[in-house]
Amino acid sequence: MSEALDTYEPERAVPDYDAEYPIRIRGLTNAFGDFVVHDRLDLDVRRGEILGVVGGSGTGKSVLMRAIIGLQIPREGSIEVFGRNITNAEPDEVIGVRNHWGVLFQGGALFSTLTVAENVQVPLKQFYPDLDQVLLDEIARYKTVLSGLPPEAASKYPSELSGGMKKRAGLARALALDPQLLFLDEPTAGLDPIGAAKFDELTRDLTDTLGLTVFLITHDLDTLYAICDRVAVLADKKVIAVGTIPELLETDHPWIQEYFNGPRSRAAQASRERSRAKDADVASAMDKTGDSGA
Amino acid sequence: MGEVPVYNIEGEGGRIRVVIAGPLLVSTIAALDRDLRDYESEVHEVDISAAWPMDTVGAWVVHRFAETRCAEVIGASEDAMVLLEAVAGAESSADIAPQRLKIRLRVPEHVGAKVYEFAAGTKHLVGFLGSIIVALGSSLFHWRRFPIRALVHQMELVGVTSLPIIGLMSFLIGIVIAQQGAVQLAQFGAETLTVNLVGRITLRELGVLMTAIMVAGRSGSAFAAQIGTMKLTEEIDAMRTIGVSPAEVLVVPRILAAVLMMPLLGFFASCLAILGGATIADLMLDIPFLTFLARIQEVVPLYDFYVGMAKAPVFGLIVALSGCYQGMQVSGNAEEVGLRTTRAVVQAIFMVIVLDAFFAVFFTEIGWA
Repeated sequence: MSEALDTYEPERAVPDYDAEYPIRIRGLTNAFGDFVVHDRLDLDVRRGEILGVVGGSGTGKSVLMRAIIGLQIPREGSIEVFGRNITNAEPDEVIGVRNHWGVLFQGGALFSTLTVAENVQVPLKQFYPDLDQVLLDEIARYKTVLSGLPPEAASKYPSELSGGMKKRAGLARALALDPQLLFLDEPTAGLDPIGAAKFDELTRDLTDTLGLTVFLITHDLDTLYAICDRVAVLADKKVIAVGTIPELLETDHPWIQEYFNGPRSRAAQASRERSRAKDADVASAMDKTGDSGA
Repeated sequence: MGEVPVYNIEGEGGRIRVVIAGPLLVSTIAALDRDLRDYESEVHEVDISAAWPMDTVGAWVVHRFAETRCAEVIGASEDAMVLLEAVAGAESSADIAPQRLKIRLRVPEHVGAKVYEFAAGTKHLVGFLGSIIVALGSSLFHWRRFPIRALVHQMELVGVTSLPIIGLMSFLIGIVIAQQGAVQLAQFGAETLTVNLVGRITLRELGVLMTAIMVAGRSGSAFAAQIGTMKLTEEIDAMRTIGVSPAEVLVVPRILAAVLMMPLLGFFASCLAILGGATIADLMLDIPFLTFLARIQEVVPLYDFYVGMAKAPVFGLIVALSGCYQGMQVSGNAEEVGLRTTRAVVQAIFMVIVLDAFFAVFFTEIGWA
């Protein structure tokens, strides 16, 4: 029975969709007046991966995210989300896609007059009005804890939360609908290193547990090394390279070289290797004690 | 989606098994959640081998059902196990609404809080007035630092840009007073006194009063909203850190602008009201336009003009003060900005009318009747 289940293709996304790329962008051009931000940009996001998006300030990382989630109307090009072109779709058509993604804005963008629990319930009530209030309350409780907040935080208003807690509350709201696709805009900016590392870990855990695809905008090199499966580099109004960090290092674009070979990048890489080495030490030590015990 | 999850009860060797089948997703779970909550008889096992796809909400419903009835979950696939463990680990029983007192305690508590708030508010207001006086003094003392550009800009916003709306309003009020007054005065055959009525009431009372109300709605609210938003975005805190006094840079120019512009606007309003009265007199009462204006000069004593002009700066001060004060009191969230803006306008108009009543009695008593 369970074997049969394993071969069963889980269809947790839009039911008629199970292709490899939840997001496909082709020939995207965004511009504000004469100022062109993206010029015929292409990008694919693979199912189940955490894609880090990097680029200098003003290269349009946030604009790209806003274009994908439909807040910025592109001048040209097509954006397919779950196989549906959302660039000139009617509002009703997009709704079917909209409840399969969650967005965490830079500042959290929590509704300031609602408690954290009510914030989490807003999308649930909007899309599924027939859910019981008891279930809604239970969902708000466990999503709060799932996002790494203390349980009591559910009853607090955003103005009573610290910056890091606001981000986690924003994540709880982004996860409210059990989305397939998660957009994170600089999730670790403004967090202390310990909080940032925990947030990274949380993102990775949730991605693995819930089978998410994550589109992650970041400036944080630690985040890139720690949790991103692939990294897309935005420069010259395009995505100039996509790949794992070692793959990117092989390209000879000056910005990529400077970015990943700068002093901060080396430090992040070194700390990553140290923590890996430590894990290996612990593992081998445990093996040894296991051996001696036997 | 159409398809909804269902459950069946199977009995096997004395063990009661609830078999759940179908998609356990947030979009389909509503009915099953209610059914399982109402389920009352005994259960030993929950079989979810046919329940797929599943998300965390579905896993939660299964977890809660099994846990509250001390049943065992069987037949979970590997993915389902991961989800079940994730939600089980995130269980909490914390309150999700802020604590609220019982109504019989809440009412006195609320009243008490209001009393304290009033006391603190009065203290704040006095402190605010003091800080404005200090700021005014120091900007006169350090006159090179005086925010002259901000003052001119505010004068334009408060005064020049409100000319059309105040002009139109006053013109219409002049028409209404002249026309309605003429109907009543005609009963004594004293239509010519319409000139006295329009001239005296607009210069002495209505011109300035209506202008103050309009400025409270236009500029007082804008002051409260601008300063309140700056407070929320920490701009005011940033100013303080740099050593710039918000009272000097933000409040003084606004208050001075309102104080300086109010007499001018009030006079402008009175003039247009008289023009409105003259127009309607020409059309309806056969008093020629220019005769009306010439008569104004004869029947309106000069002290009526002084009364109006004396009140105007005071009203301007009240409107600007309450706008800036409420703006500075904003803290917390966006809702507060709206609340404080409303309060600024209501307070300003109320104070203006109270003071106007006081002035009316005062000036009559000193013989300027």
